[in-house]
Amino acid sequence: MVDYYENNNANVHRGMHSLSLEATEMYEKSRKCVANFINAKASEIIFTRGTTEAINLIAYSWGLYNLREDDEVLISLMEHHSNIIPWEITAKRYGFKIKYANITSDGVLDVKDFENKITPKTKIVCLSHVSNVTGAVNDIKYLSKTVHDHGAVLLLDGAQSVPHMPVDVQDLNVDFLAFSGHKMLGPTGIGALYAKKSLLQKMAPYQGGGEMIKDVSFDSKSQQCSINWNEPPWKFEAGTPNISGVIGLSAAIKYLKQIGMDHILAHEQALTKYAVEKMKSLDKISIYGPTDSRKCGIIPFNITGLSSHDVALLCDSYGIAIRSGYHCAQPLHQILQLQSSARASFYLYNTIEEIDRFIDVLKEIIQTL
Amino acid sequence: MMTTASDYIARIEGTCGAESDIIVVLKFDKKDQALEKIFKKAILKNKIAGMIYDLRFEEYSFRVYASGKIIFRGIQSKQTLNKILDALLLESIAKKD
Repeated sequence: MVDYYENNNANVHRGMHSLSLEATEMYEKSRKCVANFINAKASEIIFTRGTTEAINLIAYSWGLYNLREDDEVLISLMEHHSNIIPWEITAKRYGFKIKYANITSDGVLDVKDFENKITPKTKIVCLSHVSNVTGAVNDIKYLSKTVHDHGAVLLLDGAQSVPHMPVDVQDLNVDFLAFSGHKMLGPTGIGALYAKKSLLQKMAPYQGGGEMIKDVSFDSKSQQCSINWNEPPWKFEAGTPNISGVIGLSAAIKYLKQIGMDHILAHEQALTKYAVEKMKSLDKISIYGPTDSRKCGIIPFNITGLSSHDVALLCDSYGIAIRSGYHCAQPLHQILQLQSSARASFYLYNTIEEIDRFIDVLKEIIQTL
Repeated sequence: MMTTASDYIARIEGTCGAESDIIVVLKFDKKDQALEKIFKKAILKNKIAGMIYDLRFEEYSFRVYASGKIIFRGIQSKQTLNKILDALLLESIAKKD
């Protein structure tokens, strides 16, 4: 990013001057890097501000041409608000019905309920790969087959999976995949949407502006503009993109690939298993969600007698950052009958020693209650 | 210039969660001064882990963290919160019972 700003700072796809050509090359190389990371083609990657914008793009752009009054959209109760609200907003506009697949008491998708709720009317299924609250991992390969058997398409929220495990869009056979740079060592305000090319070609743009059009010709007789869209993915990237963010995201991906996504997953699973075992041995701690191998490096919990915000503030006093509240997943908390939860989460940079310190802090907090 | 409660406060945030708590974050450089004022006026009910203080002021209970954050619970309006903060942080208003 620093290199771009110091040596190649110009807009992409705009100028014939060297700086612009260099910036464009860096930008499009980054697209190839992102595509390669999830086993997609570069033309299937659209840069967005993050997962939320990517899901909104699908809800508005794909939804506009594919969702009608009698149609159904199936989502689950484990979704982050960013995979609920865009559908709730567009349902009011387009008139389709939203169905919610239940979760079980241990916070995993109720597959039977999911299968009961998917019907020939279901046009799109929108699911998290990994729950941002419980860390539960959905069996996307299995669910994808069910979705396609019903003639629907699958949008996967990969915000909590792409940074933490190998994700191959072809192997999973997903139609759309959304993820964010800031959760995978990249900068904030950058993310990507993967979409199968055949679907992108049938979609109209979500936003209008520069770069997303081939030509705009004005007919002075009719006083109208006639517009030809650009090819995907540029058709969906109106205006000057976050060039430095894209370059930063690809740098993060190169770093992650050097370490290896398999190694990252194994490391996080080892940390999670270790932390869950230690936490289970403590009094007054309740852990939610699965605690076996069906989960990623996320542990939601509460301490009896303290609100999740108290726990977060206490941990903060010891220099430990955890999140508290609903984690933007209020329906999931309602189903689990939780007022809120504290959430410890791990990544490649965390260590066993840090887990030990976290457990010691929890012990100290509990002892003084 | 007249001192106001906002001179001591960096941010006020509503938390997410059914608890609907309000967190008042004190300015880092004014934190110690603010906490001293609060401890003078409010009654200490409990001390947890050497860094959390359960306090009572008039009919309001709240929790103060040594790191400079205060959690208020069950405060219904912004006006009420501002009234409490003014009383706690400004001179010559309310004293300990």
